[in-house]
Amino acid sequence: MSSLFDMESFDQDKVQLLDDYIGNYVAQNNLEALIPALYKAQTLFGYLPAALQRHIAEKLDLPSSHVNGVVSFYAYFSEVPKGKYAISVCTGTACHVKGASDVLNKAREVAGAHGETMSDDGLFSVNDVRCIGACGLAPVVTINGKVHGKINAKDMEKIIQSTKEAENA
Amino acid sequence: MLESFEALKNWKSAIREQATYRLEILVCAGTSCLSSQADTLLEMFTHEIHEYSLDAEVVLTPTGCFGFCGQGPILKIEPDNVTYVQVGADDVKTIVDEHLNAGRIVEHLLYDPPGQKRSTSEAGMPFYQKQHRVALKKCGVIDPENIEHAIKHSAYEALGTVLHTMDSDDVIDIIKQSGLRGRGGGGFPTGLKWQFTSTTQADEKYVVCNADEGDPGAFMDRSIMEGDPHTILEAMTINGYAVGANQGFIYIRAEYELATQRLFKALSDARKHGLLGQNILGSGFDFDIEIKLGAGAFVCGEETALIHSMEGYRGEPTTKPPFPSDVGFRTLPTNVNNVETYANIPSIILEGQRWFQSIGTKNSKGTKVFALAGDVVNIGLVEVPMGITVREIVEDIGGGVDGDKKLKAVQIGGPSGGVITGDDLDLPIDYDSLQSAGAMMGSGGLIVMDDDTDMVEIAKFYLEFTEDESCGKCTPCRIGTKRIHEILHRLTDMEGTPEDLELLEALCNNVKNTSLCGLGQSAPNPVLSTMHHFKNEYEDYAYRRKKTSYSIDADKCIGCTRCKKVCPVDCISGSVKTVHVIDESACIACGACDDACPVDAIIRP
Amino acid sequence: MHVPSMQSLDLEEATMGKEYSSVRITINNITLEVDHGSTVLDAAKQAGINIPTLCHLDLHDLDAINQSANCRVCLVENETRGNLVPSCAEIVQDGMRIQTDTKKAVQGRRTSMELLLSNHPKECLTCVKNLDCDLQELSNSMNIKDIPYQGEMMNHPVDDSSGAIIKDPNKCVMCRRCMTMCDEVQTVGVLSPLKRGFDVSVGTAFHLDLSETSCTYCGQCVSVCPTAALAEHPHVPNVWRRLNNPNRHTVVQIAPAVRVAIGEMFGYEAGEISTGKLIAALRRLGFDGVFDTKFGADLTIVEEANEFLERLNNDGPLPLLTSCCPAWVNFIEQKYPDLLDIPSSCKSPQSMVGSLSKTYYANTMGIDPQNIRMVAVMPCVAKKAEAARDELAYGEQRDVDYVITTRELGAMIKEAAIDFNNLPDDSFDDILGESTGASSIFGTTGGVVEATARTAYERVTGKTLENVEFETIRGMEGLRKASVTLNGRTINIGIAHELKNARKLLDSIRSGESDLDLIEIMACPGGCIGGGGQPFHHGDINVLNKRREALYTLDKNNVRRKSHENEQVKTLYQKFLGDIGGQKAHKLLHTSYSKKLRI
Repeated sequence: MSSLFDMESFDQDKVQLLDDYIGNYVAQNNLEALIPALYKAQTLFGYLPAALQRHIAEKLDLPSSHVNGVVSFYAYFSEVPKGKYAISVCTGTACHVKGASDVLNKAREVAGAHGETMSDDGLFSVNDVRCIGACGLAPVVTINGKVHGKINAKDMEKIIQSTKEAENA
Repeated sequence: MLESFEALKNWKSAIREQATYRLEILVCAGTSCLSSQADTLLEMFTHEIHEYSLDAEVVLTPTGCFGFCGQGPILKIEPDNVTYVQVGADDVKTIVDEHLNAGRIVEHLLYDPPGQKRSTSEAGMPFYQKQHRVALKKCGVIDPENIEHAIKHSAYEALGTVLHTMDSDDVIDIIKQSGLRGRGGGGFPTGLKWQFTSTTQADEKYVVCNADEGDPGAFMDRSIMEGDPHTILEAMTINGYAVGANQGFIYIRAEYELATQRLFKALSDARKHGLLGQNILGSGFDFDIEIKLGAGAFVCGEETALIHSMEGYRGEPTTKPPFPSDVGFRTLPTNVNNVETYANIPSIILEGQRWFQSIGTKNSKGTKVFALAGDVVNIGLVEVPMGITVREIVEDIGGGVDGDKKLKAVQIGGPSGGVITGDDLDLPIDYDSLQSAGAMMGSGGLIVMDDDTDMVEIAKFYLEFTEDESCGKCTPCRIGTKRIHEILHRLTDMEGTPEDLELLEALCNNVKNTSLCGLGQSAPNPVLSTMHHFKNEYEDYAYRRKKTSYSIDADKCIGCTRCKKVCPVDCISGSVKTVHVIDESACIACGACDDACPVDAIIRP
Repeated sequence: MHVPSMQSLDLEEATMGKEYSSVRITINNITLEVDHGSTVLDAAKQAGINIPTLCHLDLHDLDAINQSANCRVCLVENETRGNLVPSCAEIVQDGMRIQTDTKKAVQGRRTSMELLLSNHPKECLTCVKNLDCDLQELSNSMNIKDIPYQGEMMNHPVDDSSGAIIKDPNKCVMCRRCMTMCDEVQTVGVLSPLKRGFDVSVGTAFHLDLSETSCTYCGQCVSVCPTAALAEHPHVPNVWRRLNNPNRHTVVQIAPAVRVAIGEMFGYEAGEISTGKLIAALRRLGFDGVFDTKFGADLTIVEEANEFLERLNNDGPLPLLTSCCPAWVNFIEQKYPDLLDIPSSCKSPQSMVGSLSKTYYANTMGIDPQNIRMVAVMPCVAKKAEAARDELAYGEQRDVDYVITTRELGAMIKEAAIDFNNLPDDSFDDILGESTGASSIFGTTGGVVEATARTAYERVTGKTLENVEFETIRGMEGLRKASVTLNGRTINIGIAHELKNARKLLDSIRSGESDLDLIEIMACPGGCIGGGGQPFHHGDINVLNKRREALYTLDKNNVRRKSHENEQVKTLYQKFLGDIGGQKAHKLLHTSYSKKLRI
């Protein structure tokens, strides 16, 4: 548990950037600054490990339980590291009827990323995401935020394989 | 900085009088089209226009959604009023060479559906003929990142009119009389809502734009924000003036990156020109807007959950009453409205309430934007007058069911909504008629389902969604949606019983009656609606008589053995030129035989 | 800062601007007038109509209301609109028409309960809350004999890390009463809902063990939990083992607050003074020695008054803070480690009696201290953790070996089938058994400091204190100030109960604003009478009031009302301890504190 107080292992420049952001954030009260602070932290560090959440709680003079309650509520915040390529398969209605669950399963299988955990090689994390509104291009997949339309299971397999090859080259 | 209404009007005139280009290429640059490489097109056009030395004559304008997503990427050439569809990178050079340079229409890029006339412009496309774009007025017409385009098309003129010629009660009266109702799904009279917030006494008040559009299959709000952000800012400012608020917030989904970007740009430009901030247009009225990001929770589309999310809490709703107009953000009076509702405000001010009343039906005035998707030929974004029938949308605008399938149902309202069948296709789209048919308008998602659709699976799909998105605070939604989903699973796993159907219906009704917020209250709707219209499908599962395997139509089979060869479990028997038979007990319903059969002799489950 | 609950807004304010001072409501065809701002539930109570509730908890006297309206058990039908509304939160509008027993309302409430039960363990028979559980009571009153919805159930790990409180999320109904107490009353805030949807549980940050969090073990969460999701760590089996072991000399002490509450478990009214029967029961259970924690309380006053006067006369450090409340000690060690020089170094009465039982008592009676086991009966769950503190041991001997709560003792007495109600009164041992009236009031807010004032007065002035009752110190307000003049010098006294008020005092000390000389802090609302180990009050504040009055009665009924008048205490110093505050006293009766790093 003492490791929760240890901020040494984090990139100190980034910690400073986060602290400055929090210090300069103008809000009516500390609670309102929480979600923006979490966004900033996730952008800087890629995810929100417990020690970082505790640090933010301290900076904002909030209980860690509240911060963790907020982080674990919102799907956008991740407490585990994401792979280099964050693959999100849209499972909205339009994509669903065009086979999104096959795409999702294939992605998990080929990437080796199940649940929230990233693949062992650190390259991929795969998750389902609710409708992003590009229904005309169903099934839709985003990779690191970039939208790719009309991706079926075979396409998904190809994309992941070629990414692996490029990375290993 | 614009210091008066006059200054705004002068600016608009100046922009209009500017030397215009000979030709303008409008390229749809919404999320969908961008992902199918509209940005590549834009790059290539820029290059080619330069190559042909047409820079001084031709202007390239990335715009918001044209709406005809199924045919994207789309572009329009003005003032020629020519629309090209499914434009690829290879076509760019041709367009520049043939059309821009030589003035010849590129025929093969025109909209040319089989069995219909080819058309050069939207006017000739059935997809557009019955539409009436009010909320989407400027989408596809202006570059959303260029404030001058917006100004040219009368942006902020409504605001100027309001600030300089009306007092707040006048504004509320106009909106009340117009008959505008909330477009987020609730359908609550907008003017009345504004009035409630206006009459509550407090030192500070707020207006909030609910841009957390979460229904799967809905992208109306996204398109409006990506295509015409200034309209939203303008409408919120008018709202602030009417109710006595000086601060507005836009709560937008984290996943809507492009829309967020465009809103930030619009805010920055508006502030620069004195259209937001202190003493707007010299009126003495201060108003500014802050953007708050959602973080991936559908329930935050519920107004109290949204407010609490902005306050830094988990997005959990609280009981109503009290309503936000009494106790809202920071416990102060807050007016929350949907993006599309706001998008109508400037037009109502400029054109007047009578104009708005003239569109639509007696109790549902104006237009509604729908995201048309599913098994329909023309997938896209449409805006239609209230009162148009479902049939007109599906058949005339949508082009009918895709492939040679039949219509089974139309799902309206997303995970809070229900289905209507072919029998009710002539229902007019308005808040009340749909409700009496057991469906609801919802936020605008409209999914067409063909006769291949398993309606129980559809209900299960929606429950998977609501179960996942439930905040977990109240008993009926937290545990009830799970139990409903489990019963549906049991049924589709062929482990259900007829008693499950009774149980399911009772549970659905109770969850509907007892849940704390709209999410739980409407989560059972897809189940109740499909049970009502497709009871037989539920019974097929409950009585375990549902066919889950493929079979072969003996009359059509030519005995070619192609299906037999591809069957992964070897369950097809029959020799060459004899009728083949599928062993249904071994069939895993993969569909490979169906794909292989050259004469469509396979019967799907 | 603590996190105010989303529902902590005063719902009455929501109807601000309306002009009525009273409103009319018709419930089940009975029309009545209620105060503006009342809820439907208030109105129903006024009309004598019963509406079942679960998550609702109204402790308005303690400024704690849990009104999250999320259990959906208290639903009633609004006749006019035809919808179901939560009666605990729905504010009465003039002309409202409510029906509580329509088919829709009955079925709605029932479904909420059936769903809760479908996600709840069925081990009532062996559950610690058997027959004292709100969920069980509701299920019975709603005549639920069958749970139609079967499916996945929660499966969270049970946290028994603290030795004081056991947290079993599988028995949780998500009522959030615990959070209301922890966030708003105590401003400690270790609990929050985690994740969402079906996977929601109320837990600690990062699912840490309670022992790793800044939980003070005050047990207020336990005292309001409607089920056994939060309960005390059981020590009864340990106590039985010791009692049944012929090689052990097992002794017991009872806290003041226990004797005015345990009667409630045997059918008596709250505030029934059962000391005599209690002692008799303890002897029947087999305890070799029965001591009174009040003896320890008198001793604490003698030592603490001495400590206070020393500081007063030697330039501080001031203020002196009482230190008998272990939850409060945990609080200051974690949150205000920079102020650890100001709490009194005195051990709590529990520990003093414990420490003496292994030394003074052992010596006097000729018993090998290695064979002595000390059990303390407390109204408190934090005392369980206090007994396990490293600082509270004498060599290899713990001051106190086990702590059982009032509830646990009541259960032991019932287990042994002792006919409590008909027991003849018995009395404490002649050693470690005498007490004065001053020690009685230790169990209520203001009691410790009033007792201190009585002794300090006589020591400083040398005069006899005629009127021992310091009215200005008494009261139920969370934060109180009073002053007492000793030989012309004004002593400023601060009294706080509930940790949110303690925080205010500590913040003012930290900032230098405070002018207080002597401070009493109790973590529980009302003091120990409202402790986490007492019989459940189920939201009825009168129970706490009656217990408190009984303690003041005990004080009044005692001939000797000042701690230093305790003859056995005098003997203790003469024969064994030596000087007040002297070396031996320090070794056995004083302790130390240290910074504790917790999440």
